[in-house]
Amino acid sequence: MRISLINIVYLVASVFFILGLKGLASPRTAPRGNMIGALGMLLAVVATLLDQQIVTFQLIIIGLVVGGAIGTYLALKVEMTAMPQMVAAFNGFGGGASALVAATALLAPGALTNVPPTQLYVATAASGLIGAATFTGSMVAWGKLQGVLRWQPKSDALQKMINGGLFLAALAFGALVVIKPTDFWAYSLLVAVASVLGVMLTVPIGGADMPVVIALLNSYSGLAACATGFVLGNNVLIIAGSLVGASGLILTSIMCKAMNRSLTHVLFGTLGPTAETASADEVYGGKVKSASAEEAAMIFETARSVIIVPGYGMAVAQAQHSVRDLANLLHEKGVEVRYAIHPVAGRMPGHMNVLLAEADVPYDQLFALEDINDSFPEADVALVIGANDVVNPSAREDKTSPIYGMPILDVDKAQTVMIIKRSLSPGFAGIPNPLFAAPNALMLYGDGKEMVRELIAALREQ
Amino acid sequence: MEAFIIYITVFVLAIFVGFEVITKVPPTLHTPLMSGANAISGITVVGALVAAGSKESTIAAVLGCAAVIMATINVVGGFLVTNRMLLMFKKKK
Repeated sequence: MRISLINIVYLVASVFFILGLKGLASPRTAPRGNMIGALGMLLAVVATLLDQQIVTFQLIIIGLVVGGAIGTYLALKVEMTAMPQMVAAFNGFGGGASALVAATALLAPGALTNVPPTQLYVATAASGLIGAATFTGSMVAWGKLQGVLRWQPKSDALQKMINGGLFLAALAFGALVVIKPTDFWAYSLLVAVASVLGVMLTVPIGGADMPVVIALLNSYSGLAACATGFVLGNNVLIIAGSLVGASGLILTSIMCKAMNRSLTHVLFGTLGPTAETASADEVYGGKVKSASAEEAAMIFETARSVIIVPGYGMAVAQAQHSVRDLANLLHEKGVEVRYAIHPVAGRMPGHMNVLLAEADVPYDQLFALEDINDSFPEADVALVIGANDVVNPSAREDKTSPIYGMPILDVDKAQTVMIIKRSLSPGFAGIPNPLFAAPNALMLYGDGKEMVRELIAALREQ
Repeated sequence: MEAFIIYITVFVLAIFVGFEVITKVPPTLHTPLMSGANAISGITVVGALVAAGSKESTIAAVLGCAAVIMATINVVGGFLVTNRMLLMFKKKK
């Protein structure tokens, strides 16, 4: 009776998770959707506490209090610019927890599960492999985004061989878990190898490829929960895990398409200048024009339509609030201001949108690449702040370019393009950007936030 | 075997539901989607609770407690931070 009741609550929780994600279809319904999801989680936790296998609450209370306090602290303290590493860390904790739960099912099967032995052991091995790799991979991703981990070896043949070897070793230990489940060391070794594998797979990836990795780790954390669901014979874990797995996979594929690269190329390939890539001197030589804030302000003065293109540089400079002030000032002067958001701008899917939302920019001013690209020819000014590769016309025109075929924002088609940038240094792809030398382009050299503030001051004086 | 087929059925159907629901999320909400989905993947806390509260094995209980901590960080932190972000999207004039 009690078991049926618990399972019915689990079913309700699963429905709440689906409804919650459904609510995310629009910014209006999203906060309620998130609440519904959280309520589903609360129901599942409360129902679980009724489980007759639970005889002591000491460790449970310690776990809930410690975890709840850390989670609350992190969630309330984190800066919006640091959101990518926060999500990376949370992904890791989810994956790690799943691997640990699978371990406990091996140690205390009687209390936790009643699924057939083959299912139990195969699923345990899967959960340990995915969960442990997700944990260490996410910690590496966190370290890179936080800037504490700078080690970035090139992905080369030797590394691929090592990874291949590690993966085979993980499979072998996984098989051992299935054959000799009572030997806990087999599972421990599996987790150890998977942990190293997680590090090795993530460490060569950096910069503009991070959105793909975070989306993929997001998917893995779901799949790990799913595998743990098979371990425990628990449908709510299987359903919730599948939803998250699907979500991460969709985002991964959106990110890959936005870079015109395959997942394999992002994970194992290298992006960089080739022998055919023109050197910076050839591209820029004497053709780059720069302007002061005052000169730029004079152009804004006569503009009627402005499109702002933010990139990771805006996040680094924490310039989102100043950008909003500039947009408001232009708006007061009767200028139409829109934002063009490239799918891979920033370090995680939707990164720019969150930063601009934090600065109170209404979301109906934000446009996706396919919705705004046709508007650039009619725009008087395109203002690029901290973006580089996603506005590089080589992707459209130069078949020899390593980024050829990547969908870009056509800022070069605007009447005037202004690029706020510290120098002419290349972006993540390591190639020069012919946009900077275009006849209609003006470089505004300086820090993102400083330059936007100078622009505002100059506009006010006029 | 019967039970396994049922779990696989649930798994496959849930993947399809996931794809249907998630493809409708607009790019503007992709970051909250990740953090919210991430919180949901903390459902693994359910297994961790049972492990931490059972008396069958002390090691299992200790590992279970560690799992409760990690999963709870994921759940509480995930939902809270998602809520924080979503309220920013909401508060437009």
